[in-house]
Amino acid sequence: MSLADEVSVEAPAAKLSISGVSKRFVSGQRSVHALDDVSLDVGEGEFVCLVGPSGCGKSTLLNLVAGLDLADSGQISADGIPINAPGRDRMVMFQEAALFPWLDVLGNVMFGLRRKPGLTDAERREVAEFYLRLVGLEKFHHAFVHELSGGMKQRVALARALAPNPRVLLMDEPFGALDALTREQLYGDIQRIWQQRKKTIVFVTHNVREAACLGDRVVLFSPHPGRIREQFKIDLPRPRDINSVELARHATAITAALKNHVRPEAEVAE
Amino acid sequence: MKRAGLAALFFAALFVGWELLYRSGFWSPVLLPSPLVVGRYLWEATVDGSLLSATLVTVKRLFLGYVFGLLLGLPLGLLTARFRVLADTLGLLALGLQALPSVCWVPLALLWFGQTEAAMFFVVVMGTLWSVIIATDNGVRNVPPIYARAARTMGSSGLHTWLWVIFPAALPFIVAGMKQGWAFAWRSLMAAEIYVTILSGFGLGHLLHYGRELNAMEQVIGIMLVLLLIGLLADKIFFSPWERFLHRRWGTAK
Ligand SMILES: Nc1ncnc2c1ncn2[C@@H]1O[C@H](COP(=O)(O)OP(=O)(O)OP(=O)(O)O)[C@@H](O)[C@H]1O
Ligand SMILES: [Mg+2]
Repeated sequence: MSLADEVSVEAPAAKLSISGVSKRFVSGQRSVHALDDVSLDVGEGEFVCLVGPSGCGKSTLLNLVAGLDLADSGQISADGIPINAPGRDRMVMFQEAALFPWLDVLGNVMFGLRRKPGLTDAERREVAEFYLRLVGLEKFHHAFVHELSGGMKQRVALARALAPNPRVLLMDEPFGALDALTREQLYGDIQRIWQQRKKTIVFVTHNVREAACLGDRVVLFSPHPGRIREQFKIDLPRPRDINSVELARHATAITAALKNHVRPEAEVAE
Repeated sequence: MKRAGLAALFFAALFVGWELLYRSGFWSPVLLPSPLVVGRYLWEATVDGSLLSATLVTVKRLFLGYVFGLLLGLPLGLLTARFRVLADTLGLLALGLQALPSVCWVPLALLWFGQTEAAMFFVVVMGTLWSVIIATDNGVRNVPPIYARAARTMGSSGLHTWLWVIFPAALPFIVAGMKQGWAFAWRSLMAAEIYVTILSGFGLGHLLHYGRELNAMEQVIGIMLVLLLIGLLADKIFFSPWERFLHRRWGTAK
């Protein structure tokens, strides 16, 4: 595969199908029903946001789709192929950037590329540089992780996740720790990249506005046990401005539903 | 440069203070020789080659045993961190033996190997090995699991993850353990050399010992200065670069 193919031809986005997935965590006496009979289909190139209160199993579901953990029951497949291990077709952006401090920025982005067969080292380097340019960090190739701001770290993590050209991008509250201004910038970036690179994206967030801004669809979870409660289609034109009035209307509706589903008594279940 | 100048000034002041103390005649010159006398001893020992050959003997013993201890300890530490069975057996043994002052190996080494190079080698290896195992094991256990998970999603697994993720992530601990192992090895080697004569080579410890036998204080102090210098050089040559590397990457430098 040539470099041109590597960065210009988008990998066809994958379709995800999650059906009847349950997952329990047992530690000692305690058993947590993290996911209960969750079914969700994500279309090719769709941007789906998962929202819900803390502990409702959003990260758990993402880890299952990533193949990092296995479900107790149910099926998860990408393009009809069951998922039971991590794969380069599904890259993850974790809540904490999880960058490697012993590598510089370029080294971090190259890490996944090095494991990708069929490329020469020079091509890998060019691919990495391409994605660092895409996230606006071309001047920071040789910076170390601790020298970056929180937002820059997340940008590197994004470039690292994009570099192997995955079909699915799994993002777990990637911007949770950032200030509003930096986040807004990243919303712009992520929408632009999503449109350019045609990925299927599953995006976890606590922030309803963020979900309405980014998602084609917002999926609402409730905890104890973790279940899907409601789904909202967001058919606003893109690129979207997080401060727009229509977007606020959607966000208000989702917030109301969220409050409705998460009653105090839900906490005492189990 | 400014820092080097300050250090030079400091040590010069120490020597001047020492000379003044000597001149005050408060202690007998047998107990406290002039730094000039010590300097003359060092000069003579250098010229007749005895100092250099003793230094070579000692440094060679230290280096061989230390490198061997490292090469053995690093993989063993990785293994005890990886396999529960090994942690419960070898790991426990290492924990116990690491707490044992490493000079305690000297009598045992002499009984096992006699007054041979093998005994010296054994003592140095024992000084190094256990701290390196413990530090490596501990370092691996302190690696945030998220690193390995992130690596897995990028197609790394098995040996690749251990070599390129777990090992570098544990480096801060490992380097600290290497330094501790070095200190233990160095101390126990000196004890062994002072304690017993090995006919295959006279090390610095032997010179120190003979200095005492001959009541030659200038030799005792002179050799101590050489030992101090070796310790400093080892730190600057072997460990400082690693520590600079870690500080730069992890951002732990002040
Ligand atoms: N490794 C684990 N061991 C035990 N329990 C776990 C584990 N991972 C998750 N859980 C439990 O499963 C439930 C769901 O956790 P999960 O991390 O998926 O929540 P979340 O929706 O991502 O929450 P947040 O928004 O706070 O990140 C929680 O109650 C949590 O305590
Ligand atoms: Mg979470």
